[in-house]
Amino acid sequence: MTLRTPLYDSHISLGAKMVDFAGWEMPVTYGSQVEEHHSVRRNAGVFDVSHMGVVDLEGTQAQAFLRFLLANDVSKLDKPGKALYSCLLNEQGGILDDLIVYFIDPNRYRVVVNAATREKDLAWMARYASRFDVAVSPRKDLAMLAVQGPLAIEKVQPVLEPSYAETVSKLPRFCSAARAEWFIARTGYTGEDGLEIILPSNEIVDLWNQILAQGVTPVGLGARDTLRLEAGMSLYGADMDETTTPFESGLGWTVALDSSRDFLGKDALVEQRQRGVTQKMVGLLLEGRGVLRHNQRVLSPNGESLGRVTSGSFSPTLQRSIALARIDKSLEGDCCKVEIRDKQILAKIVKYPFVKGGIANI
Amino acid sequence: MSNLPEELKYAETHEWAREDGTGNIIVGITDHAQESLGDLVFVELPEVGDEVEAGSAIAVVESVKAASDIYAPVSGEIIAINELLEDEPQLINSGPYDEGWLFEIQPSNISELEDLMSAAEYQTSIEE
Repeated sequence: MTLRTPLYDSHISLGAKMVDFAGWEMPVTYGSQVEEHHSVRRNAGVFDVSHMGVVDLEGTQAQAFLRFLLANDVSKLDKPGKALYSCLLNEQGGILDDLIVYFIDPNRYRVVVNAATREKDLAWMARYASRFDVAVSPRKDLAMLAVQGPLAIEKVQPVLEPSYAETVSKLPRFCSAARAEWFIARTGYTGEDGLEIILPSNEIVDLWNQILAQGVTPVGLGARDTLRLEAGMSLYGADMDETTTPFESGLGWTVALDSSRDFLGKDALVEQRQRGVTQKMVGLLLEGRGVLRHNQRVLSPNGESLGRVTSGSFSPTLQRSIALARIDKSLEGDCCKVEIRDKQILAKIVKYPFVKGGIANI
Repeated sequence: MSNLPEELKYAETHEWAREDGTGNIIVGITDHAQESLGDLVFVELPEVGDEVEAGSAIAVVESVKAASDIYAPVSGEIIAINELLEDEPQLINSGPYDEGWLFEIQPSNISELEDLMSAAEYQTSIEE
């Protein structure tokens, strides 16, 4: 059975092309994916991300539970409202999911997980939650919008109640503010400034319409993918999965390893760090003609196999093809080749993000 | 509903073919195909002089989303390619039946054209 968000009818009436995404019928584009991409980089766009899973954790040991569950350390969150990006690992250090955790108060945290991994994550949490005084509550009664772009916050102000609008306008990056059942965070998955808004499902259609009325462009999952790729943000299931650790996925910065804290997957990560990590994530810029795609082989200049592209596409901002790739750490220099169909095309290894603040960063 | 000129012939794999008046066949992709693919960003065409066989993959078009093979609707020799597409693949989106044409074939067996579908038959095939 396919799942639909409360905005399904709104997407259809806007003429969206719908696709299956992790069992959800979601808009991939409303017309031109490239135009939607540009509107987020230059102005503001709104995404229906109600397929993502919102999970509330409540109890006197909510913090202790999350410190055991996550590779990043929620004790870094020193003020209510702050957000932290983390991987959820299995005992082998493989990535079960990547998520954002918000600190609401010492007994309450909110976690937002990927749609495709939601059930797996909940089962994983349930397996360990019984050891702690914590209740794990999936919030199917809530829906979620992301409004992203340099003008996003400005465009959302007028649709909020004035005192809440004031609070939201002063939110530091990676912080959130709740108001009754509404929850707004200055976070996102595009590399642009913007907000993610979690609210009761029955209020989302109204909010969506009000945001569109402010001149914000509706944006589908297609542009969401090219935006996050330009921003160098990982996509679960493409750039990392249960067979890769954070160290092999360019996510070592999200692992808090240097304390006495025990967490799921820690032993495996400590061992891997001692043994030495053999692969790394790099950015690729295609020098020749073509488009980089997931799973293409990456070769050294003299043709030895180095690894594979994990995410690739055409970058609307750079007007050329870019990718993230997992390759052998031993490669020296910034030159490689990618096998596209039967040809080997030159590519350059670059640091990502590829795009920052709406403009090229390479 | 997508645009399907009556005078063209269509392949199941979403190419159109038009006899240019001198016995040669101009080939492109349908409006339905360009719409499904979305914004086109890259085109790899055969070379002039290539001998191609009906039904074989001889070109690739890529949108932001995905790559798609293009099949020769008839056998013959490639006598022209649309070089504008190298820099402006989006011409396929804006004019799939004219400025976005892909290549021209001098057919070795013009009767192969009759094996292709009419506009109405193609319309039925994409509705299924």
